[in-house]
Amino acid sequence: MLNAAIMAAEEGSSPLAPNWWEFLVTLVGFAVLMFIVIKFVMPAFERTFAERTAAIEGGIAKAEAAQAEANAALAEYKQQLVDARTEANRIREEARAEGAQILAELKERAAAESARISEQAHVQIEAERQAAVVSLRAEVGTLATDLASRIVGESLADDARSSRVVDRFLADLETSSNGAVSHRAGAAK
Amino acid sequence: MIALALPAATTEEGFVAPTIEDTHYRDILPWGDAYGVWFDPGFGKQMLMVILSVVLIATFFLVASRRRQLVPGKMQFLGESAYGFVRNSIGKDIIGGNDFLKYVPWLFTAFFFVLVNNIFGAIPFLQLPSFSHPGSAYAIAAIFYLLWVGIGIKKHGLRYFKLAVVPSGVPWYILPIVVPIEIISNFIVRPVTHSLRLFATMLAGHLIVTLAGSAIEYMVMTGNILLQGTSVLVLVGAVAMYMLEALIMVLQAYVFTLLAAIYIEGALHADAH
Repeated sequence: MLNAAIMAAEEGSSPLAPNWWEFLVTLVGFAVLMFIVIKFVMPAFERTFAERTAAIEGGIAKAEAAQAEANAALAEYKQQLVDARTEANRIREEARAEGAQILAELKERAAAESARISEQAHVQIEAERQAAVVSLRAEVGTLATDLASRIVGESLADDARSSRVVDRFLADLETSSNGAVSHRAGAAK
Repeated sequence: MIALALPAATTEEGFVAPTIEDTHYRDILPWGDAYGVWFDPGFGKQMLMVILSVVLIATFFLVASRRRQLVPGKMQFLGESAYGFVRNSIGKDIIGGNDFLKYVPWLFTAFFFVLVNNIFGAIPFLQLPSFSHPGSAYAIAAIFYLLWVGIGIKKHGLRYFKLAVVPSGVPWYILPIVVPIEIISNFIVRPVTHSLRLFATMLAGHLIVTLAGSAIEYMVMTGNILLQGTSVLVLVGAVAMYMLEALIMVLQAYVFTLLAAIYIEGALHADAH
């Protein structure tokens, strides 16, 4: 009877009238799901998100550090290159200056040497000339004395004899001009 | 409750449209009939589907979040995208601040609970959106009603009710009109619309599909060749409505969660409104 009344009420019930069991099941279902989400699902996802963020940020930081390092190295290499170039230029300049100096020194030395050699030659020539003059003078005296004594020692009347004497003298002279020393030695005898 | 799944549509009097009662399957375990208690304690299809949805959602997300990898697999990516969607485009964008994460589990659970239960209505053989039954819609709206009122009281104390119903910058002589309106709109209309919006859209969609189904059955059974031909048109229309309904099922899950987030945000920042 009560049952029938309820049934009748339900037959004509508003569509908005809830079934309280469904209400309860939904509440419990939501609570169970909520528990699982809070306990397991959300922490796992949040931790993954955090780790991924950390990994990405760490990767970016690492890449930035590497980039900075590479830039520093490049700047250093460029600086070194500039330094090396400057150094090379300096060395080349020095070498050129040194070379010029050496050349000048050598020229100076060569000039001095040649001056010394020609000076020496002059002196030698002068000495030889003096020696020649002295020896010639002595020889001419000897020759003149020889000639005079020969002329005086022989008879002047005999033309043929005197001409023979002269011839002999000339021949002697000729011989002595070839070997003055040996002739002089012969003459002094 | 005692109505058949698809009622006798082919009666001598012509076509009889299915009623709301017809959207309620008979209880699987109708022990209420046996014991005659004042409420109906039968265990119905709808309850089974609510439990099924809890099992499905929990299983999916437990599996998706079990093996955590920095470079996610397919399953993990899907789970993370789903979680990230609720977390960021609903929780972070609407509630914001530093402690929005506290409320993400509520929104996340609500979104997928409502979504999966709605989608049930588009799956053949299941074909019953759980929230087309008012009890479930009231339950989930009540959860959020209590939640955001609780948040308001916890954050602002009893002053919260003053903040919620007395808008700032309104001249005192208008307050007698504004305050009752605010009380009604915030504390009465809001939870009611929150539940009814979900319930009504689901029920309407379900009824349309049921109606189209029984109409086609009736037309085919008449033996009238013209009516049988017309049933093809009804079928085409029913498929179109089915597609629309599928869209609405997803949309309503989003709307429900979005509104929940907006209510929570309103309670948190009641002093700024």
